[in-house]
Amino acid sequence: MRFMPHTDSDIAAMLETIGAKHLDDLIAHVPANLRASATIDLERGCSEADVVREISVLAARNTGASGFTSFLGAGYYRHYVPAAVRAVIARAEFATSYTPYQAEASQGTAQAIFEFQTLIRQLTALEVANASMYDGASAAAEAVLMARRLMPKRPVVALSRALWPEYRATIRTYLSALSGLEIVEIPFDDATGATDIAAFDRVANDRLLCTVTGYPNALGVIEPLGAIAEMTRRAGALAISATAEGIALGLLRAPGELGVDIAVGEGQSFGLPLQYGGPGVGFMAARTTHLRQMPGRLVGQTLDRDGRRAFCLTLNTREQHIRRERATSNICTNHSLCALAAMVYLSLMGRSGLRDLAERNVELAHQAAAELDAAGIRRRFSGPFFNEFTLKLANPTAALKAAERRQILAGIALGGDYPELSDALLVSVTEMNRGDEFSRLAAAIAEVR
Amino acid sequence: MASAGRIRPVAVVETPSTPDHIESAAGVPLIFELSSEGRRGTDLSPRAAGDRSGAELLGAELCREDLPGFPELSEPQVLRHFLRLSQLNFAQALQFYPLGSCTMKYNPVVNDELAALPGLAGLHPSTPAHLAQGALELIARMEAALAEITGMDAVSLHPAAGAQGELTGLLIVRAYHRKRGEVRHKVIIPDTAHGTNPASCTLAGFEVIVAKSNRRGYLEAAEVRRLVSDDVAAMMVTNPNTLGIFEPEIQEIAATLHERGAMLYLDGANMNALLGVAKPGHMGADIVQLNLHKSFSTPHGGGGPGAGPVAVKKHLEPFLPMPRLKHSSAGYEFDGERPDSIGRMRSFHNNFGMIVRAYAYILALGGDGLGMASRLAILGANYVRKRLQPHFPSATVEPSMHECVLSHDLEKRAGVSTLEIAKRLLDFGIHPPTIYFPLVVPGALMIEPTETESKEILDNFIVAMERIYDEALNDPKRVKNAPQTLPVSRVDEALAARRPILRWEKKA
Repeated sequence: MRFMPHTDSDIAAMLETIGAKHLDDLIAHVPANLRASATIDLERGCSEADVVREISVLAARNTGASGFTSFLGAGYYRHYVPAAVRAVIARAEFATSYTPYQAEASQGTAQAIFEFQTLIRQLTALEVANASMYDGASAAAEAVLMARRLMPKRPVVALSRALWPEYRATIRTYLSALSGLEIVEIPFDDATGATDIAAFDRVANDRLLCTVTGYPNALGVIEPLGAIAEMTRRAGALAISATAEGIALGLLRAPGELGVDIAVGEGQSFGLPLQYGGPGVGFMAARTTHLRQMPGRLVGQTLDRDGRRAFCLTLNTREQHIRRERATSNICTNHSLCALAAMVYLSLMGRSGLRDLAERNVELAHQAAAELDAAGIRRRFSGPFFNEFTLKLANPTAALKAAERRQILAGIALGGDYPELSDALLVSVTEMNRGDEFSRLAAAIAEVR
Repeated sequence: MASAGRIRPVAVVETPSTPDHIESAAGVPLIFELSSEGRRGTDLSPRAAGDRSGAELLGAELCREDLPGFPELSEPQVLRHFLRLSQLNFAQALQFYPLGSCTMKYNPVVNDELAALPGLAGLHPSTPAHLAQGALELIARMEAALAEITGMDAVSLHPAAGAQGELTGLLIVRAYHRKRGEVRHKVIIPDTAHGTNPASCTLAGFEVIVAKSNRRGYLEAAEVRRLVSDDVAAMMVTNPNTLGIFEPEIQEIAATLHERGAMLYLDGANMNALLGVAKPGHMGADIVQLNLHKSFSTPHGGGGPGAGPVAVKKHLEPFLPMPRLKHSSAGYEFDGERPDSIGRMRSFHNNFGMIVRAYAYILALGGDGLGMASRLAILGANYVRKRLQPHFPSATVEPSMHECVLSHDLEKRAGVSTLEIAKRLLDFGIHPPTIYFPLVVPGALMIEPTETESKEILDNFIVAMERIYDEALNDPKRVKNAPQTLPVSRVDEALAARRPILRWEKKA
């Protein structure tokens, strides 16, 4: 077997040292009935060429992965990934190391995480960011748990209904076992598609623990996050924002600047492939005063014995391997390599490049909306949008089918997650879309309108 | 000694262009310190002329002014920075990395190529099912393979990591009891358990009861019988346990729990000992969580991503997280109608990129190869244990499975700690074992060689450990001052915690 270096004589010599005759002598103490039924009934192992053939056949059957003009978004976005990102994360020095427990042997990973923490802080305009979470939805759930640790007596978790359905569902699962919490869902304004601030205001009292708002939200709308944060703050509660399209933070006002206490999100847009939805990378940033209740790994700057700058994992006493049942979270492995990809991506984009890219997304999305509008296809909501918007259609499913016949994946029908939006189609436009695709989209939809 | 594996010092340091550069230990400045205003590492395609800019379209009140402090570098500068950082790491591909309970085995490089195939990497999670049949079939095949390997009935690939798999499993336990109209508040966990177990229990709303392992390092059914009650929802057992020994009474423990209506949750963190050796399902486990980055060879990535599939027996299948795959005449699709499901744990289906890699690994080894992998992993651990016995005796008399836990008398004899031994190993180009764990063994060294390391590598490690033992007695300073050959000397972790600096800041 090509991954195992043992020759017969190696095995014989090792067994002799141990004082055993056969490999199976080493497991003779495992109960016999268990051993007797342990054979794994799978096909025999095969060559690398056979593995490649087998997986390639499966890959080729995913006809939706290429050959279609795509407007799919809804929490995962199509962006160009520079080759340099892949070149770095393919390095075995990064890919085949583990959590930097031994700081002296892990300065590469540790410093990269420290840089990632700094970049997330800059993007969110909050004071401190952690080393990464699994993805946007679980980061949002962890943010709510963090809020609860900060203010254990407040029971009400207010989720904007325009927060991504997956994020709301994940928060519900994470909170399902904990007693004394009430989740309330705040409706969105039927005209603008933004969260109904008046409804938010009705729960803004001393029972309110936190508000969670998508920024931009699941309908594509850029929420009045400052007003929501202000209202949350007046109630003495914590404002949490969740951003699924990280590129938006290159242009939109930063959550921290708008008074948000905990900013979380999905970093997939920062250089990670779509990969059928994972792995992505969650990020989380918060205020320094809340640091001790933050989940996840943190890397800090320190000195080595010779007084030189060095980096290491720090504030471990929050974590499961020290604190066990009293830890801030059970998270152990996070998504470090994905955070590294995000780090390389954001470094390449840089201060001007990220903003330019964000602006380009806005321009193309608005161009698409304008061309659709010119063809008589209206937006469902009037609120401002970044690179995703909702169309009002008599029959979104029929439109999707018509588009698919023209090799277009037109978007995502919202009726499944929002029964009240059975007339809505969510369309995402990124720099991967070309201007000439918009008229094709308009023509396909117009066909069934 | 394994000098070929040693880390290379970074030779040339580019002069940073900003005045706020601090002399850094490794000679790699922070990327922010390499920035120069006006540089960039990416170009966009030309913009269609005449349109209003994005900022104008949204209006100033929605837009931020700038990204202060964000890096400004050219592409080659960015690349050089990260490649240079990569040289400061130890890694499985470069060094022996016997980190106990982490299963740092070889990660076949072809698997990374396969995950990057356009049909897999370019697939959006919301692609209509009929255009993603290859991916869905791969998921179905992986579920079936893991069910066969573990002897369980149904598998969900949904959880993002082992710890999330634990939480998923515990929420399933909770949902199951609740469905039967029972509320149970407690979960039993052995004193040897990983920290994630109790932390997951708290998140799942359970109170932890600690079971003591006996003097030989394993759990007796009698202890479980003493602790179990109608208020116990489940017991979490890692098997082999963190002492690396097979729990000999696991079947009696399962029966004891089941008699009182409690579940056996088997933590599959140490599954690399069990492939083709013993199936958790046959031990009586109701739930098993696996770590694909351990036994199934997906790269550890400096701390993830991994994947933490959960396998259950039939009675728990309705409670598995959403989404579930189903098969009909039209092919595979995700099932949205699952009233008893605990719900969703994450944004999308699963860590598909890791599923692809692990599936490719299972194909490559096959049933026979997986069985051989565990046997050779067990061989390596017992070989190291036997050879090191005179200096670093095993913490248990029980036979070892895929890892061994050793102790030593150097603290007493020479004032040399386990941490110092670990740091000295770095000078030999070897990543240290897991140290000070399990907590029941003072100064523990937990060594997991894995099946992909050769006898020569193990012999090198053994010689290094013996030499460190001698040094500790005869030249303790040398051990205490380690490491000497790495980019940095001993890192002051206490200082980092006392005065947390968690981000770079531009000097005023």
